Amino acid sequence: MGDKMIYLDHAATTPVKPEVLEAMIPYYTQKFGNPSSIYAIGRESKKAIEEAREKVAAALGAQPKEIFFTGSGSESDNWAIKGIAYANRDKGNHIITTAIEHHAVLHTCQYLESEGFEVTYLPVDENGLVSAEQVKNAIKPNTILITIMFANNEIGVIQPISEIGKVAREKNIYFHTDAVQAIGNIHINVEDMNIDMLSLSAHKFYGPKGVGALYIRKGVKITSYLHGGAQERGRRASTENVAGIVGLGKAIEIATQRIDEYNSKLVALRDRTIEEVLKKVPFVRLNGDRYRRLPGNVNFSFEFIEGESLLLMLDMKGIAASSGSACTSGSLDPSHVLLAIGLPHEIAHGSLRLTFGEENTQEDVDYLIEVLPMIVERLREMSPLYEAYLAQNKK
Amino acid sequence: MYSEKVMDHFTNPRNVGEIENADGVGQVGNPKCGDIMKMYLKIENNVIVDAKFKTFGCGAAVATSSMATELVKGKTVEEALKITNQAVAEALDGLPPIKMHCSNLAEEAIKAAIDDYRAKNGLLDENAEKNACGRRCDDIHHMHEEE
Repeated sequence: MGDKMIYLDHAATTPVKPEVLEAMIPYYTQKFGNPSSIYAIGRESKKAIEEAREKVAAALGAQPKEIFFTGSGSESDNWAIKGIAYANRDKGNHIITTAIEHHAVLHTCQYLESEGFEVTYLPVDENGLVSAEQVKNAIKPNTILITIMFANNEIGVIQPISEIGKVAREKNIYFHTDAVQAIGNIHINVEDMNIDMLSLSAHKFYGPKGVGALYIRKGVKITSYLHGGAQERGRRASTENVAGIVGLGKAIEIATQRIDEYNSKLVALRDRTIEEVLKKVPFVRLNGDRYRRLPGNVNFSFEFIEGESLLLMLDMKGIAASSGSACTSGSLDPSHVLLAIGLPHEIAHGSLRLTFGEENTQEDVDYLIEVLPMIVERLREMSPLYEAYLAQNKK
Repeated sequence: MYSEKVMDHFTNPRNVGEIENADGVGQVGNPKCGDIMKMYLKIENNVIVDAKFKTFGCGAAVATSSMATELVKGKTVEEALKITNQAVAEALDGLPPIKMHCSNLAEEAIKAAIDDYRAKNGLLDENAEKNACGRRCDDIHHMHEEE
């Protein structure tokens, strides 16, 4: 196989675009000033941050002063959820979320439960969807926050965010969405969608790692996250990651400008992969709604085999992918998302996530659909589950 | 994450397959936990002359199965029973801590196959404890909960 590497894990992270890196570099070297400083190079850094803030605001249909830079998507989620919970404790202690959130949301909610908050984890249907009706029915007099992800990181399913936002607004309850996977893939407007808070992370859309943002609608009552200096209008102390913020701004600008073109390219790769694999491989299922899913996301479960073995074999063939298998997560339970859509454990263990991105081509799909069926077959040949299935069907 | 030897046994697993009319067959693990190991032994005059396996599981599970079949071949039943999970892991130049349970599975698969052999041949004292013990995946899960 040689040095060939086909990267199919863009939901994990993406490479930094050359023009993004180019925009960042001066802020590490000659333009290194602290944005809080009064002299010229300090002011220059401050200006760069404010320009990036405008770009993020423009991408979301928000005001620049509603954008707060953070260290990551996880930090944004933590801030939004804990910040609302602690600031609104006098109004209530109930939070509504779903069973398929990212761990940054789920574990934050679990932490708040230990602090005396009450959390409803809405179940999803077999396609991974939650409905606005479910959200509405879960609202109680003490509900202070609804936090539901825009698009799922594992199975790519896109939730009805506008409808949920409408319900939240009608009931006057804060609505936060983790849009880490959605930025650059879906047109988002926080006004039209009635979103009060939104988390995003630069490295998912060809920006650098270690920088994210939280949109907080003007007037939302939320506690500060990091206490210290006056950065981010006193809400999030820390000397700003200037170069990272500049990179985030550049990356989100590019990502939102080319959403439609990017989508049609990824959808073509995604749909061909789904069709070919379902055609060529027996005992396989597609996880997540067939149509309401991210343009670059494919998630399969292959019966009788285990995901980590599949990933290792794909890696040997130069394909980088990911799995909801327990063995890749460090626990013995398979993905909570796959269990939530009703997959039995043994089938959830055999899952494979392929997420396409900018550098991928139809040739990559050609190669994938040539290699993948052979690997699945090879693993099945050594599987006692497959052997048992065949023996049973012979009778 | 894995040693070269683990990757070698994963990529080119030794003794994959079934033995027809095996003298002892043992299956351990649980599909819920994501790993099942099935071991087939051919035993002549108390010596294991052939061993084969089938495994549903991660890279470490496949590699430990492969190594376990290599280790038991040529050994007497009593010698094979003395193979520990540590010995299997060491023969593979070690396993990541989270994967050590895979080597337990290999040790238990050997024991389950030998129990089966003894039971078939009336060598198992009905009152005696079986060598293989039941194993639950949540036992291991608790060990790693904090990771």
